[in-house]
Amino acid sequence: MALPDALFYLFAFLTLLFGALVVANPFSRNPVTSAMFLVLTICAMAGLFVLLNAFFLAAVQILVYAGAVMVLFLFVIMLLDLKEEQRRKINLFGIVTGTGAVLGLGFLLTRTIWGGDLNQSANPRVIGDTKALGLELFTKGQFLLPFEIVSVLLLVAMVGVILLSKKELK
Amino acid sequence: MEPTLSPAGIAALTILLLPLAAAAVIAFCTQRDGERSANLSIGAIALSFILSLGLFFFTGDKAQEITFNWLSVGDLKVSFGLLLDPLSKLMLLVVTGVGLMIHIYSRGYLHGDRSFSRYFASLSLFTFSMLGIVLANNLFMMFVFWELVGVSSYLLIGFWFEKNSAADAAKKAFLTNRVGDFGFILGIILTWVALGSVNFAELASALDGKAFPFASLTEPLGKIAGGTHWWVVHPNVLATLVGLLLFMGAMGKSAQFPLHVWLPDAMEGPTPVSALIHAATMVAAGVFMLCRIFFILDIPGSHALEIIAWIGGFTALLAALMALQQNDIKRILAYSTLSQLGYMVMAVGLHAPGPAMFHLTTHAAFKALLFLGAGSVIYACHHEQNIWKMGGLREAMPTTWRTFQWGTLALCGVWPFAGFFSKDAILAAALEHQNIPLFVLGVFIAGLTTFYMSRLVLVAFCGNARSEEASHAHESPNVMIWPLKILAVPTLLAGAWGIDAYIGKAFPGGHQPHNEGFWQNLFSPFNHNILAAAFGLLAVVAGYQLARTLYVNAASDPLPDKIGVLAKLARDRFYFDELYEWFISVTQETLAKVADWFDRWVIAGLLVRGTHGTTELFGRALRLVQTGSLQTYAFLFAAGVVLVLAWQLLQTHAH
Amino acid sequence: MNVGLEHYLTVSAMLFCLGLLGVILRRNVLVIYMSLELMLNAANLALVAFSRFNENLTGQMMVFFVITVAAAEVAVGLALIVALYRKRQSAHVEDLTSLKL
Repeated sequence: MALPDALFYLFAFLTLLFGALVVANPFSRNPVTSAMFLVLTICAMAGLFVLLNAFFLAAVQILVYAGAVMVLFLFVIMLLDLKEEQRRKINLFGIVTGTGAVLGLGFLLTRTIWGGDLNQSANPRVIGDTKALGLELFTKGQFLLPFEIVSVLLLVAMVGVILLSKKELK
Repeated sequence: MEPTLSPAGIAALTILLLPLAAAAVIAFCTQRDGERSANLSIGAIALSFILSLGLFFFTGDKAQEITFNWLSVGDLKVSFGLLLDPLSKLMLLVVTGVGLMIHIYSRGYLHGDRSFSRYFASLSLFTFSMLGIVLANNLFMMFVFWELVGVSSYLLIGFWFEKNSAADAAKKAFLTNRVGDFGFILGIILTWVALGSVNFAELASALDGKAFPFASLTEPLGKIAGGTHWWVVHPNVLATLVGLLLFMGAMGKSAQFPLHVWLPDAMEGPTPVSALIHAATMVAAGVFMLCRIFFILDIPGSHALEIIAWIGGFTALLAALMALQQNDIKRILAYSTLSQLGYMVMAVGLHAPGPAMFHLTTHAAFKALLFLGAGSVIYACHHEQNIWKMGGLREAMPTTWRTFQWGTLALCGVWPFAGFFSKDAILAAALEHQNIPLFVLGVFIAGLTTFYMSRLVLVAFCGNARSEEASHAHESPNVMIWPLKILAVPTLLAGAWGIDAYIGKAFPGGHQPHNEGFWQNLFSPFNHNILAAAFGLLAVVAGYQLARTLYVNAASDPLPDKIGVLAKLARDRFYFDELYEWFISVTQETLAKVADWFDRWVIAGLLVRGTHGTTELFGRALRLVQTGSLQTYAFLFAAGVVLVLAWQLLQTHAH
Repeated sequence: MNVGLEHYLTVSAMLFCLGLLGVILRRNVLVIYMSLELMLNAANLALVAFSRFNENLTGQMMVFFVITVAAAEVAVGLALIVALYRKRQSAHVEDLTSLKL
């Protein structure tokens, strides 16, 4: 087996494993555990991005997602000082139907993917290095305006967060 | 169509409208003044009578018609028209002549009554309606006036409406009539559908001599029902059906079995009303109508006439049996009217409308005489009507006695009184038609008639007074006596005036009697059919002898002891009233119960509460979806996505 | 076996289903939110895979923007959760049912 393929299988396995552990981990019911495993999932995904020749995005994934978003998550968990989740009554009906729906979805998607006719080019050129990305973003594509708007969006988000977390003035 | 204003036409229109004008004037202007109202009413009918005489003697025998176009809707053209032929001219004389006598008589009988004006207004209205029936030239117009007569008779029978029995009797008469009218209107509609017209002249020419006129009927009826096969009925059946439906109108009006129950109860009205309505005119309207539409009943292949003959005969028998045991003088006369009507209907059924009209004419005269005489007796005995409380009136009221005796002789059919000739004509028709059972029946009923009339006369007039009032009775005032004397004349002589010859001209075909002059006419029945005359007279003699042995100087009725339960049956009118009452109450209750069930369970239950319940059920079911829990919503979202994707992807995959 | 587009897409699908499972089954609000992020990541992976195998840079552009917007969204969402926690004193989803009929 060629190295890239082996690496793919490794990273894919890791992604799925850590993803599963985010959702249902047997270690503890503490949300911090789930957050940790999410970080690991993101890192594994960054590896997959590298394999797909999207280097810039892999870096951004780790920097922004793992570095900022997950940290934010952990801040909030600490802030709220959440204890372990109390055990409440298990809704068996809900679990069964939920799992059934999700399995159905998975089955459908897999069947579609492996059903052939995905309209992909034969022997595609490998593109996606950072220089091409930068050119695409700033000059060649139509992405300059969205780029600027996204910055405004971030500003708006900031203002919103401040407003939402303000305590009532006595 | 321009109305042709010939003198005859104007006269006919005047005859018709004069009583209506009198009724209107009385109703609106002179209600408080009884005398003036009476004079108006009597004057109107007197004028009509004179004009009728003029029409009778001075116009030819051909039929004349005056029409005004009244209503035109699509194919239906209803006109208001007057038909003057021998039939209607004779009937005009009967109605206005006898009516005039009764108007004058009423002036005396109802003297001092509280509602004098109302009585005369109703009487004029009745006269107008009756004249409308006589003069009508098409079935629709006849039906309109038919109903008017019903209303007028309701007003007159229930004249003393403060008495419960009178109000009930009026209702009974009207409702029973209505049942007959239902059949009548069905018959009219069927006639119009089949033959395209309701005008008598047009109908007569359409049916003239054709063997199966209804062979073309199945076509129009088939078109109505969309041409389906089940509506194709045999022409004979259709002809019979039309005839019988039209006969139902006569059944109601002329009180034939089974709609005979109203006539005896209608005696609750004042006696002159009984004379007018139930002897001379209204009940005769049914027979008149049958003669008018005789050509419809006579269609070759139709069995209507046979059925009609037997119904008439049966009614006559039933009524005669019931009359045997009645003790109220007016009731006896009422049942005898029923019986004679049965005779007339039987005559029509024997293909002899001429003799039927002849008997109608003579019967009008002598029955009115009998009723007015009974009224005189009742008046003299201070409104006592039970014959067992009378007696000895022969010496006390000689004129009443003499005229009543003549009326009885005419009714029983004794030569040379008028009744003999008309009854003989009917019996002769039965023999000529080779209908021996009906002949025997007719003879038997003649015997019964003599029996119960002799009973009446022997008990009420002969012997000694049986009560206080009877012993103090004296002759009635002149205004009541003179009509009796005047009516006695046709009672004696009408048989030989050639009425049968005159009326025979209206019914071409069949035996045509000839008017040979007064003295020859007196003996013509013996020349024409000696058997009928002989048997008739034999029956009279037998009946009288039997009555004499039982009732001369009898203190009370000996018959119930001799024949036991049959007498009770006769006295209780064979329990027909009870039967009808039970039947109506049962149907009424069942219908009411069904309607109640339907209203309670289907409309209120299923539709109203059901809609409410279903909506509520749906609401409750759908509420369970709103759990408020985000996870439920997320799950439902995912499930929905799965379903839609499944449907889409698997579909395209299948391609 | 040569790794092709289908493999990447399968991984993406699996990850998406895992995220969905978490959203439906877990009771803690924050864990639900994290599963939501997992779903977003799965979408990103699919986009990049398509971009790579179809010679189209638009996919990577989309991912760029998705990550940015996801960051903003997480910030606002967490602020909301904090506010909610302050009101209800609980981060359990069964206590947040005031929309129930």
